[in-house]
Amino acid sequence: MKRIALTLVVLIAAGAIAFWALTIPQPPSATRLAAITAHNADAVRGETIFWLAGCASCHSVQGADGDARLELVGGYQLQSDFGTFVAPNISMHPEDGIGAWSLTDFAASIIAGVSPDGRHYYPAFPFASYRRMTDEDIADLWAFWQTLPAIATPADQPVTALGFPFNIRRGVGLWKLAFLSDAPFVDPASLPDDPQIARGQYLTEGMGHCGECHTSRNFAGALNADVWLAGAPNPSGRGGIPNITPHPDGIESWSADDIAFSLESGFTPDFNSFGGTMASVVKNYANVSPEDRLAIAAYLKAIAPLPDAN
Amino acid sequence: MPVLSKSLKITLAAAVVLAAGAATVVAQDAIAERKAAMKSVGGAFGPVVRMVRGQADFDAAVVLASFTTMNEVAMRYGELFPEGSETGGETKASPAIWEDRAGFDAEVSRFQEVTAAAVAAAPADLDATRAVFGPVGQSCGSCHEKFQLSDN
Repeated sequence: MKRIALTLVVLIAAGAIAFWALTIPQPPSATRLAAITAHNADAVRGETIFWLAGCASCHSVQGADGDARLELVGGYQLQSDFGTFVAPNISMHPEDGIGAWSLTDFAASIIAGVSPDGRHYYPAFPFASYRRMTDEDIADLWAFWQTLPAIATPADQPVTALGFPFNIRRGVGLWKLAFLSDAPFVDPASLPDDPQIARGQYLTEGMGHCGECHTSRNFAGALNADVWLAGAPNPSGRGGIPNITPHPDGIESWSADDIAFSLESGFTPDFNSFGGTMASVVKNYANVSPEDRLAIAAYLKAIAPLPDAN
Repeated sequence: MPVLSKSLKITLAAAVVLAAGAATVVAQDAIAERKAAMKSVGGAFGPVVRMVRGQADFDAAVVLASFTTMNEVAMRYGELFPEGSETGGETKASPAIWEDRAGFDAEVSRFQEVTAAAVAAAPADLDATRAVFGPVGQSCGSCHEKFQLSDN
């Protein structure tokens, strides 16, 4: 009996040590960080990255227009099966926001989902997509960030409060081990060899993080690449996020021009106007080049047509 | 306390059921009506969008007729979201309409103003059409962002 108890204690201790070791937050490699800081950053280019990455859609006040979309005070509530995530203040405020961060702090959050004090971010912050960004794009984005205003967090702004066990951030380390990847969601060999489509793939799968809403998730909340962009349940519980593959259930009937125009204006080919979060996404895409909107459109026309997955 | 006769109770119960049924019918009618209204806005906007995109020749009469239709619908749009029509009929109306009525009413007012301005402008060429097209399109997007669910 005593021996069984002792074995149990040893097993539990071994499990705890394994959990601790496996879930240590891992920043990006020193080589990668050095390459990012070595880049001669361009804040003007960084503004385009900012809109392509859609930062304002979650981190500015909902419904904000114009310059108010540069006020990244947070507060947006993202519902999920794991609880409600509240977007934090990522303005240039030195205490309430990320104004005291270095470029390497910023890069570690985007590539590895690790905070400057060495904690995991929840993947509601789409680092699992953003990590595909190039060194140059990350450095340029941070250069633009330096021009953004510092906003204090309102006292009544809620914070993320998840239930057990999801409130244990360390557990995100296991999620990262299982799901964090640099691999493209769509095998480039399956796509036509075309620089425009390659650019569209980079934008859509990486900083555009389109799959974070338009792709269904597995039991652990990781994107299911088998149903890439084939639609997903709406995390708010009502309705669904549309299928944007070139399938009859999706947007097969849309031309590449229709897709690019919808990103620019919010109008579908039948003259409906996008609702909800997609209307906010359109405010981002209105600020990017026509070439980038067309690149995304070309990629969406080239991927595999799939029936609705939601 | 007076005791209600059995027949009165039955009558009352029937009245309650009928009233509830009638309310449901009114709500479903409102959902169908606002869907049709929104479709007519989209239908009217279509020719203008095609002209702005260079897919159709400019036609001042069509532009004016389009904005006029949109403004007519805009003027009665606020009435199409009564209490009780929050769900059903695959409505994409967001619960936010009933939680923030003042905010919703402000968006409807904006829609009325920009379409009235477009009618008043009576654009005579494509550039003038573009000038009023932008604010109308932004009004659609602004209201849909806050008050329409994402699934379109």
